[in-house]
Amino acid sequence: MLSIVFFAQTREIIGQGEFSLPFKPEFSSLEAIRSHLASTNDKWDLALTREKLIIAVNQEMSPWDTEIKDGDEVAFFPPVTGG
Amino acid sequence: MIKVQTEDFDIGALYQQIIASENNPLGYGAVITFVGKVRDFNQEQTVSALSLEHYPGMTEKVLNEISQQAMQRWPIAQPIIIHRVGDLQPGDQIVYIGVASAHRKAAFEACEFLIDYLKTKAPFWKKEKADDGYHWVDARESDQEAASKWATND
Repeated sequence: MLSIVFFAQTREIIGQGEFSLPFKPEFSSLEAIRSHLASTNDKWDLALTREKLIIAVNQEMSPWDTEIKDGDEVAFFPPVTGG
Repeated sequence: MIKVQTEDFDIGALYQQIIASENNPLGYGAVITFVGKVRDFNQEQTVSALSLEHYPGMTEKVLNEISQQAMQRWPIAQPIIIHRVGDLQPGDQIVYIGVASAHRKAAFEACEFLIDYLKTKAPFWKKEKADDGYHWVDARESDQEAASKWATND
């Protein structure tokens, strides 16, 4: 099982903050997870536009070629604006 | 010390905490503190309220990591970083960074490094209430540029 989490605009457009996604071998690729989620509906597609989307794997900002394993926490969010 | 909290913070008490540090029995010759406050304007709009969201767990992890990096790069004591979340008003304090060192240069540089990295790496997001409703704040290119000047080759 993968734990999928969203924050800020991404969470707001999608309408939920987190959910579990059963792991499949093709989900070892972040782009496969992103496009799977984006295919849910138009809103999710908009929220998960690849440009300007930041990903954290197990709470660490990670590049798109990071390999995902069963049990990982994958977060999608816009560029950060704290401070 | 790293804290993410909804409550306000007392700059005077934090200063006493820094100079009372027992990590350095010789004391410190320089203490630099940075306080970030909520502006009442952004992109020519009046801002009447601000709401801050964060990624619990990852936030503390990132702040600890940048603290460790600062201590490796400069001869400083353990920094104090406090960031508020939740609903804030213009004029409220948002963020505090306190750095102590034997000499001013290291403390100034480490403090600037910490705020530059916090702004581009710690998972916080601001939402502002303007005249025409709520807006998520856009990340600024200038913040990325400020952070990139601290990049090292290792």
